[in-house]
Parts: sequence; structure tokens; C-alpha cells
Amino acid sequence: METLTNLVIHGLLYGGMCAILAVGFALIFGVAKIVNMAHTAFYMVASFIIFIGVSRVGLPVWLASLVSILLTCLLSVICYKLFFERVKHHETAVMIISVALAMLFQEIFLLIFGGHYHGIPALVKGFMDLGVVRISYKNLFALGFSLITLLGLWLLLSKTRLGIAIRSVAQDREVANLVGININHIYMITMGISAGLAAVAGAIVAPIFMVHPLMWMQPLVMVLAAVVLGGLGSIKGAVIAALILGFAESLVIFLIPDGSFLRGAVSLAVMVVVLVIRPEGLYGVVFEEERL
Amino acid sequence: MGHYLRICYHVIKTEVLEVPGRVIAAMFVIALLAMPLFISQPYVLRILTLTAIFAIYATSWDVLAGFTGQVNLGHALFFGVAAYAGAKLNLSMGLPPWATIPLGGVVAVVVGLIAAMPALRLRGFYLSLVTMALPIILTGVIYIFPSFTGGELGLYGIDRLSNSVVFNYYLTTVIMLVSVYIMYKYTDSESKLIRTGIILHAIREDEITARASGINSTRYKIMAFAVSGFFAGIAGGLYGHYMKIVGPSTLDLFFSFQAILWTIFGGMTTIYGAVAGVYILYPLVEFIRVLPHGEDVRFIFFSGILILTLLFMPEGLTTWVRDKIEIKCPRCKLVNVVTRRNCRACRAPLHLEKDQLGQ
Repeated sequence: METLTNLVIHGLLYGGMCAILAVGFALIFGVAKIVNMAHTAFYMVASFIIFIGVSRVGLPVWLASLVSILLTCLLSVICYKLFFERVKHHETAVMIISVALAMLFQEIFLLIFGGHYHGIPALVKGFMDLGVVRISYKNLFALGFSLITLLGLWLLLSKTRLGIAIRSVAQDREVANLVGININHIYMITMGISAGLAAVAGAIVAPIFMVHPLMWMQPLVMVLAAVVLGGLGSIKGAVIAALILGFAESLVIFLIPDGSFLRGAVSLAVMVVVLVIRPEGLYGVVFEEERL
Repeated sequence: MGHYLRICYHVIKTEVLEVPGRVIAAMFVIALLAMPLFISQPYVLRILTLTAIFAIYATSWDVLAGFTGQVNLGHALFFGVAAYAGAKLNLSMGLPPWATIPLGGVVAVVVGLIAAMPALRLRGFYLSLVTMALPIILTGVIYIFPSFTGGELGLYGIDRLSNSVVFNYYLTTVIMLVSVYIMYKYTDSESKLIRTGIILHAIREDEITARASGINSTRYKIMAFAVSGFFAGIAGGLYGHYMKIVGPSTLDLFFSFQAILWTIFGGMTTIYGAVAGVYILYPLVEFIRVLPHGEDVRFIFFSGILILTLLFMPEGLTTWVRDKIEIKCPRCKLVNVVTRRNCRACRAPLHLEKDQLGQ
């Protein structure tokens, strides 16, 4: 019973974090066709800003989280203006620049903080006793916050004028341009939202997992797997696929306790199998001219 | 004899010295072969030996990604599988390096063909992601069977290539030059003898049209996987025998990315771009390492160079340089020095717009 509850909690938590990251990745890819390999690096940067804010500046955790989300958005917009916008017509160049940026962030933090693991105090303390199992409040809080973030994004994209503009650019950028939407502006805002989502994921998990300059690699693989599994550009698909993969990984951790090195391999094997059966992903769309 | 020398002289004068790209390539080959005469520090030769191995590896990535458009994000799969296969053959069956390296290449081809099966159903980004997943899955498998694969520590005690530093250098460099030449010819779209180059170009530009023209695109894509896998496997085998240890780091995600970073820096879809990228970036990063604090800042430096290069030359370094020093004749498509006014073969004016502006 306890294992089962832990499994569900861990699966939801990990899947939720991956879902937020994957949604951000899918958003910027769907709108601007930018394969942003630095997406999870923004998540790492956000965690480090919280760590700096809490341990060096002495801010309370909630304020540090807020500051880190804002700073990460700003950083991503600066990166977009300086780097991505100039080479956006060369798709491979965009991808390689994002890999280089991720490496740059990683190495800068390695240089300043070294390869140690850093902890961040939780926003809410204590745990809930359910008789057989204990659920800590920080995990519950993280779960609730992931849900609220995803709901907020859904409201933003479906109800507001900005959201409709973003979706119209994703559907057809030329027609969107014709009806008077400033495409470069939308790209920049989407980049900010996407990095903001990564920062939210960082703020959620930083107190649960440790902060480390290499923490972006493993989620990156997961996010790419989730985005492809769900179907590129499909936000609903990304959320569902992230939850599937999160549960697959949790299952591996709980069934084979000393096989934690297998978690990446198993979730990627799930992805490969699904793609071989259904090449366009779960919710992907195949255009007729792409079929061969 | 004199007759052949005269032909040689004629070819060098008209076909090599007239084209700056070929002059640079020839000078590069001569410099590589003469290197041990001037430099005797084992450390420098060691770096250059590894550079040659990585040049084969990066070039084989370019064959697959640049020429068939199948951007492989897990190229380390071929490298690592061949390195492990070579090490296993050497350790358990006692085969010498000259046998294990080609056999490792063959194993990499087999793995490449297996990897091509899902790859042919997928395209674009999906393909990249599946290829990225394969080495990570294989790393998991390696950790499951530590008694067979050596687990985290890897396999060690492999025979070295030879005991001489200079011989190792020449062996890897010559293998590199021959492999790169074969891959260049394989993908050369202007070759009159081998037609694979132009067919691969056709498939990359427009697969549907290529199929409509009667090209079996599946066959050529599988062939590209096999060729690319074979040469990456050769590089992996050489690496195993040179380092005498093969570990899971040969299947690392970052190692796959490095092939891409080198090639994109040098210029994709050119073959020589990949070689130039490796020969510039790898020794540079190793050189920074020996400077004070170099170990800490070398990857900051590496990524900084990469970002700046791509901002100012998004097509890569060699493509940018080539467009500055060479120009194609608009009539006969022959390559000329950019300083010439007329084509060296057909005398057509090369700089049409400039001449018209002058009139």
C-alpha cells in the first residue's frame, strides 16, 4: 500500500514536472519552430537563482522563486534577441546555438559553484499522516502548483487575445502576419512564456531534488521523449506523454530499487516502441504531402 | 616516366593551383604528413592522433546527416558499439588490432542497419529523437551486464595499436585521409564515375521527386546508414585500441553532440567542413586545457566560439571561407579563384553583376 501510494505520488510529481517542461518546449517549437535544447538549462538556471537568493542574499523562498521566474524570463528574451532571432532561418544553427548556450550556462555555474549538490529549504514543511502512508506537504504543494500552472497556461492560450494570437502564429504564420499580428513580437513573448514555464518547473522541484549544474541533462532527454511521444507541437499530447513517461520511470525506480540507471533507458524504449508503431506520435498530425 | 611527370605537373598546375580550396587541402595533407618531422613532443602527437580519429567520426556523421538529411543525434552509438565489439574480440579471442578494427566497423554496420529500420519509418525531428534514444538505451543494457561489458568501469587491457608514438600517428592519420577521401567521393555530386553523391543530394532536396524519378530512396538511405556506421565504427575501433580502455563514455550523449558541434562549426554537407571543424576545435580546446585555469574555462570558451561562429557564419566556417575565395562559373559550373575576371576554361565573365554596374 505504501509502495503504491509512493509510486503514484512520485509518478505524478515527476510526470507533472516533465509535463510543465515539455509544454514549454512544445510551445516554442510549435510557434517559432525553434528546437530549444537550452530549455531545461533555463530550468537549471532558475533553480540556481533560487539557491543564490535563499543562501547568499537571504531572501525568503517564495520571494526568491518569484524573482527567479522573472529573471529567467528576462534571460530567455535576451538570449532570443541576441542569438536565436539572428539565425532563425537556419534550423540546425538554431539547434546548435541552443546546445552551446546550455553548455555555457552549465560551465558558468560549474565554475562558480563547483560540482556540488545544493539543497534548498522547502516552501511548506511537515507532512500529512494518512495512517499507512505519510505524504509530505512539499510534494502535495508541488503537485497542486503544477496543476495550477498547466490550467493557467490553458486559460492563457484559449481565452486571452494573446493566446489566440500565439495559436494563430503556430497554425499559419503568413496568414497571421496578414491579419496584423507582429510575428517577431509573438516569437519573443512565446520564448519568455516557455522559459517561464521551465523556471516554474525549477521552482517546484528545486526543494525536492538537489540543485546541480548538470541537472538539465536528464530532464532534457525526458522532455524530448515526451514531446515526440505526444506528437510535435501538440500541447495536450506533451502533457499526456510526460505523465506516461513519468509513471514509467517511477515504476522502474520502485520495482528495481538498485536499477535507477535504467530509468532513462526504459522511458526511451517506451518512446521508440510507440514511434515505430505510430510514427507521428500520440496526438501528432501527419500532412498528406509528408506521407511516403 | 618523364611523360607521367609532365602529366602530373600539368594536372597540378591547372587543376590544383588554380583552385584555392584544393591548394588549402593539399597543404593540409602535406602538413599533416610532415608534422612528426618538426614536432616530437609525444603530447602533441597524441592530441593529433585523437584528432584524426575524431575527424573520421565527425565526417561519418556528415555523410548521414548532411547528405541524406537524417540528423542523427546519437551517432556515438556506432562509435561505442564498434569500440566495445573490437575490445571484446581482442580480449576474449585475442584477435590483433588490424582484424578487430574492421570487424568492429562491420558490427557497427549491422547495428546501423538495425537502427535504420525504425529510422526509415520516421522523418525529421522524430528520427533525430529515436536515434538519440538508442545509445542511452544501450548504456542501460551495458550497466545490466557488468560481467560481460565491464559495467561502469568499461573494458580495459586492450592491445595498443603499436608501441611507437609516431607510428600510431601515421597509422591513424593515413586511415583518416583514406576514409575521408572515400566518403568525399561517395557523396561528391559532381563525380562522373560514382553516382551515389548526386542521388543522395536529390533525396535530401526532395525525396518525393527523387522517388518519382525512379530512385529507390529507401535503398540509398539504408546504404548511407551503413557507410556512415562503418566509418564511425572504424573510428571507434581505433579509439579503443589507442586509449586501451573502452567505457560507457563512448556512448555518451555529449559525445554524440560533439560530432554535431564540430561538423556544424566547420560547415555541414561538405565533408571537408567536418575535418576542418575537428582539426580546429579539438586541438584548440586541448591547448586551452594546459593553460592555467584552462580545465575550468575550456568549455566556456568552446561554446563561446561556437555561438559566435554560428551568429556570423550560420553555414559554417569552411562554407563561409569558400564563398569568399572561390566562385563558380555561371556557364560551365567550374570552380575559379574569386580574383579572376573570366572563367579559366570557357572564358565566360565571372562577376556579371559587378561588370554590368561598371558599364
